[in-house]
Amino acid sequence: MSTPQDTPGPDAKPSDADETSTRVLTSAPAISEIMVGDVLPQRRHTPSNVSLFLYNAAVWNPHRIHYDAAYATEGEGHAGIVVDGPLQGDWITQTVLNWLGPDDNLVRFGYQNRLATHLGETLVSGGTVVAVDIAARLVSLELFVANEAGTVTTPGTATVLLAS
Amino acid sequence: MALLTDEHLSWVGTADPPATVEISRRDIVKYSTATEQQQKKYLAGDEAPPMFVFNLFAEIPAMDAMRNDGLARRARQGPSLPLKRMMAGGTNVDLRRPIRPGDVLTATRTLVGLSEKQGRSGPLIFLEYQTEVVDAEGRLVMSEHQTGIAR
Repeated sequence: MSTPQDTPGPDAKPSDADETSTRVLTSAPAISEIMVGDVLPQRRHTPSNVSLFLYNAAVWNPHRIHYDAAYATEGEGHAGIVVDGPLQGDWITQTVLNWLGPDDNLVRFGYQNRLATHLGETLVSGGTVVAVDIAARLVSLELFVANEAGTVTTPGTATVLLAS
Repeated sequence: MALLTDEHLSWVGTADPPATVEISRRDIVKYSTATEQQQKKYLAGDEAPPMFVFNLFAEIPAMDAMRNDGLARRARQGPSLPLKRMMAGGTNVDLRRPIRPGDVLTATRTLVGLSEKQGRSGPLIFLEYQTEVVDAEGRLVMSEHQTGIAR
């Protein structure tokens, strides 16, 4: 079964050393406390046959590359059952939504499905603060879904409006 | 290599007929469960996660309208492309307000771009769609610029 877990990054404690932050922020603080370079918590995703079936049923996507291994490989030349691109886009948004406080808002996001991923792979989602506009209370984030080799399969971006 | 003809390109700028969907809590719960959301508001169906709208306004074709690949023989109106294997490309979304159960939303999708290029494994056609979603009062809920890839 698919059991994603929150995995603390390598530097889970706030760093007090470097100018460019690499601290992992488990949740979004006030705008004045956010620094470029701050890292969002990572999460592991292990889609299963069952989770892909339920996802494709929920979005009413009957494309056989997502549940029929023989068809995916022989019919369309994929390496296996294909993990949906929009599902990885959803993980991009969850990286942000699970980081925000209850009164913060995701106002804009985007992603590109660059590299196909297949059933059996474990994927990791995460992100980094790339810009902070204190006056407007806006934070820009760069986000990713990456495979076990560390290659980004789906890069993304988001803009969030913080409540304070 | 020119896969796209003038006939294909003449479809750029055309919009699908507006599609209206009433949002149900149960559908949100199904989506949120399948995508392993962690926020209670999504899992309880009080609010829809942003990507809940993926494919939400697409036609639901009859079984006998499906191709062997499971996709509709002709997804809505538009040109029949010379490449048939479809893949998701990505999207950019502006969110104006959360979607909640009971919302009656209307989406208008316009084909805004058709282009081709040579990919690593062969030719690709990029389809770009702009979608505006409004609520029953006509207020903008979200807008989206989505890319689909045929290979």
